[in-house]
Order: sequence, then C-alpha cells, then structure tokens
Amino acid sequence: MKPAHVLKAENLYAGYEKKNVLQDVTITIPSNKISVIIGGNGCGKSTLLKTMARLIKPTSGQVLLDGKPLHQFPTKQLARVLGYLPQSPVVPEGITVADLVGRGRFPHHSFLKGWTAKDDEAISEAMEIMNISDLADCYLDELSGGQRQRVWIAMALAQQTDILFLDEPTTYLDITYQVEILDMLTDLNRKRGTTIVLVLHDINLSARYADYIFAFQKGKLVAEGTPSEVISSQLIKDVFGLDCTVIQDPVSLSPSIVPIGRHHNQLVKSW
Amino acid sequence: METLQLIRKARSRKRRRYALLTLLLCLISFALCFLSLMLGNTIYPVQDVLRVLFGEEVKGASFAVGTIRLPRMVAGVFAGFAFGAGGYVFQTMLRNPLANPNVIGITTGSSAAAVFSILILHGSLMVTSIAAVIGGLVTVFVIYLLAKGSSFSIGRLILIGIGIQAMLNSVISYLLLIGNQHDLPAAMRWLSGSLNGLKMETLYPLLIIVILFTPILLVYGKHLEMMELGDQTATSLGVNVNKARIMLMLSSVLMIALATATTGPIAFVAFLSGPIANRIMGSGYSNIVPSGLVGVILVLAADLIGQHAFEARYPVGVITGILGAPYLLYLLVRLNRKGGL
Repeated sequence: MKPAHVLKAENLYAGYEKKNVLQDVTITIPSNKISVIIGGNGCGKSTLLKTMARLIKPTSGQVLLDGKPLHQFPTKQLARVLGYLPQSPVVPEGITVADLVGRGRFPHHSFLKGWTAKDDEAISEAMEIMNISDLADCYLDELSGGQRQRVWIAMALAQQTDILFLDEPTTYLDITYQVEILDMLTDLNRKRGTTIVLVLHDINLSARYADYIFAFQKGKLVAEGTPSEVISSQLIKDVFGLDCTVIQDPVSLSPSIVPIGRHHNQLVKSW
Repeated sequence: METLQLIRKARSRKRRRYALLTLLLCLISFALCFLSLMLGNTIYPVQDVLRVLFGEEVKGASFAVGTIRLPRMVAGVFAGFAFGAGGYVFQTMLRNPLANPNVIGITTGSSAAAVFSILILHGSLMVTSIAAVIGGLVTVFVIYLLAKGSSFSIGRLILIGIGIQAMLNSVISYLLLIGNQHDLPAAMRWLSGSLNGLKMETLYPLLIIVILFTPILLVYGKHLEMMELGDQTATSLGVNVNKARIMLMLSSVLMIALATATTGPIAFVAFLSGPIANRIMGSGYSNIVPSGLVGVILVLAADLIGQHAFEARYPVGVITGILGAPYLLYLLVRLNRKGGL
C-alpha cells in the first residue's frame, strides 16, 4: 500500500460571511480509517468538512496535507488526493450514469493528456463497487434517491482519491439504503485503504461503522476516539442536549443509544 | 470486465455520433454559405462563385459575389458562431436557458451604447463598435454586481437582467425620439440586426476576437461541464471555479459584444442555438462548437429567407425574431410549470 497521506487542521477558524462557525479546531484525520463527525444541527460538522476539502477558506489557522497548506497545491493535483461529495450536488439535465461517473476523471486529465484506457477502467471499477453497472445508460433523472446516491459516490470513486469526504451521504434515504451505502463505503475502506470521513446524523449507525468518532458542539471539538471511548450518555447530553441510555448493539457490539423523551420513560426511572 | 466492455462500447458509440453530427452541421453551414454567395439579383453558378473565391476576375460576378455577398456571408458566419457559442456558455454556466445575452439585456446594452454613439456623438463606425462592446461589458458587470448581493442567485440575475433590459430599451426609445432624422436609419440597424451593407474591412475586429477567444472557450469547455455539477462538486474535482467563470464570461461577452457591434443584435440567435444544439447532440457534453454552428445556420438561413422569400427584403433580425419569440413563450410556460426560474 502507498504511504498514507496525512490530513490535519491546526487552530482552524472558519465560517460564512465573517461569522466563524468553527472555533479553534485542531484535528488529525486518521489515515486508512473511517471517521465519522457527529454533532447537532449547526455545530459546524459540514463547515469543517468543507474547510478541510478547501471549499471554504479558513479565516485563520490552516489545513495541512502532508505538512503543506492546502492552498499551495495545484487544484487538480489536490483533486487526485482528496475527494468531496456535497450534501446535495446539482444534477445536470439529460446526463447518463456513465457520463456522470466519467466526470470524476477530470482531475486526471490535462490540456495535453486526454481520455485513456485507464479512465474507462476506473469508471467501470467504480460502477462495479457501487453495483450500478446495469444502470450505465440510464438517465440520472429516472433513478430513485438511493440509486442516485450510489451514482454520485461512484463518481467520487472514479476520482480515485486516497481520502474521501462525504457530507451526509445517507440523508433522505430509507434505512435499507443507508445500511447499503455504509456497507459499500466499508468495503471500499477495507479493499483500497481509502481514508473516509463522513458526516452522519444517525448516532447508532455512526458508532457501528466508524473506526473513529469526532464529536462537535458549537464549532468546537469536544470529544474524539473510538466509538466505545466517545459515546456515553454524558457526551450525548452535552452535544445534543438529549437524555439517553447507552446499550450494546447486539449485532456489532458497538455502543448504541436509546433516547429518553418526556414520555415513555417509566422503565428508565425504575432502573 | 463486462462493465468495462459496456462502457467502452457506449463511449465510442457516443463519440462517433458526436463527430458525425458535428460534421453534418458543418456541411449544412457550408451549403448555406455557398447558397448565400450564389443567390441574389443575378444567380451565379457554383463554378463562378468558386472562381471568384480563388481570385479570378469574372465579369459581373466578381463585384456581386466578392464585394457584396462575401462580406455579408462572412459576417453571418462569424456573428452566428459568436452568438451561438457565447449564448450556450451563458445558458450552461447559469444552468438556465433564460440566462442568455438576449434575455438578460447584454445585447440591449450594446445596442443602447451604439445608438447613443450614432445619434448623440455622431461617432464613426469604429467609435460605435467600441461603444457597443463597452455597453455590453458594462451591462454584464452591473447585472453581476446587483445579482451577487449577499449570495449569488441565478434567478435574481435573470430578473435583474430583464429589468435592466427594460430600462435600456426605454433609453433607446428616448434617444430615437430626440435624435436627428438623418441618423435614424443608421441607428435602426442596431435595433433589429442586419447583414446589409457590410464591408470586409469592418469585419476584422469580429474575426480576430472570434478566432482568438474560441480556443479559450474550448479549453474551458471541460471546466464548464464540471461546473454543471454545482460549484462545490466542481471545486472538489479540481476546477478553479472563479477563474473558469471569469474566463468563460469574459470570452463569451467579448464575442457577443463584437458580433453585436458588427451586425447589430440579431434577435434570439444566442437564445435559440444552445437548446437546439443540445436537442440535436444530446446533453452531457460540452456543446460549444455545435451551438456555434447552429448559430451560423440560423443566421445564414434566416438571412436567405429574409432576402428571397418575400416581396420585400427583411433584415435577418426580423426573421430570427419571428422564430425566437414563440420559443421564449414556450420556455416561460414550461419553466413556470416546473417551478424553476
């Protein structure tokens, strides 16, 4: 395996329109692992992902890839190392699945070097991993949400980056597709050693699929570590303001939370 | 491996189709070029036209074809290409067929400046051309600044463009009212677009700009394809979105403004070419060249119709206007139904 790239952020402040969402975040992304960022709405999860994928310029602090600030890399070179899939990408009209996946090859082309056999191989491999080979000639507008999401991920895979960021890849999908997508990403991580960073809303799925979890609250990193180190009823209370009890997921043996609302809580009280 | 075969086959099939259709558009353009050289008060056969083009002296034909019809045809080709390709770039970059130089008032900006130059400054053709280019650029700049606001919105850009266009139209009406009667015919030409009375010398600025900036559009055409996926995805694919947007905008505005400065705003060509090219070629590629060719075909065909189909001769802009207006209505109705502007 190639020497792993190291991506980290140092004393990062970033946000929109002069208002900093991220407050002094220092973070190192574990190489060749799946990391999940959790936190409530507006806590800066997406902002962190975007800043580390150079979509937002930090107001201060910096993001370093192998010790060098991101903005010092040529844009295409960076795009061969670091891929990012936004929460809701724009679907162009009348494009086929194979064409869309093919766009992931853009950073591998240059003014002089056009399409090669390697591009076709990368596309077919990506489509096989995401199990969309038989959709190749379909138009994107005809697909279901779950299929569409797999196509987008395939595009990011065709980019063949060592690091892949995905912003809420399972939102709007039903539970079957959520599990399917996360399984496929795990395959990718195990087979290729791709470093994957996800933003997820579902804490239990996060705990199950993550090797490493970062918990954010109001733009600050409040906890990091393996799921069993991080997930506790106290942390969930701090980060989400939610009372819960933590049990063990009988399938993966990872921690799993059971929320406590204002009703239905007789059993907990009697414990 | 099966997937690989499938993808290879699909791609080579698409490539062949793309090349064939582009060739077809080229052939149609060529045929129209010859037709516009052959037809007129006197109809000259192909061999006479060819002899004139190769520099031979042919009695009668040399003047009619070489001095009158050739500049008319060349202007039609280059202006058509500039309108078609430039319009396509705008529509694709802003992801909306309404977002094109005709609808958002860029060509109107050029016209207003040209009319001002003719009626008020009594400027030479050169001055008028420069005024038209500046008018176009300033209009884009103003629309872009107003649309940028706190966050850039394409819908707002289109609405602001339509507003600016209305304003510029009233400026033109005012100028026509206060202008000298003698200058009005010269000014009118800037309002509908016409290939009449062009001389070869006056075409050079347009030729140079189109030849210089088409390659830039082609290089950034790849980037344009990525920008269709949204700015964030494009950036993560390695596109410098701001730079690409500026290069694409600047190149296409310059081409369109120069074309407007030469022939006047030939109505709706920039608006129609892109969607027609997409319909013919299929979307999913950069259709800059096909759009340019469709522009050429539209302008030459409309000019032939305007010159020969009716008792009276109509300038080309009148014919393209009649073609374009129904499509604009259709698009407005369709977009309205889809809920997107």
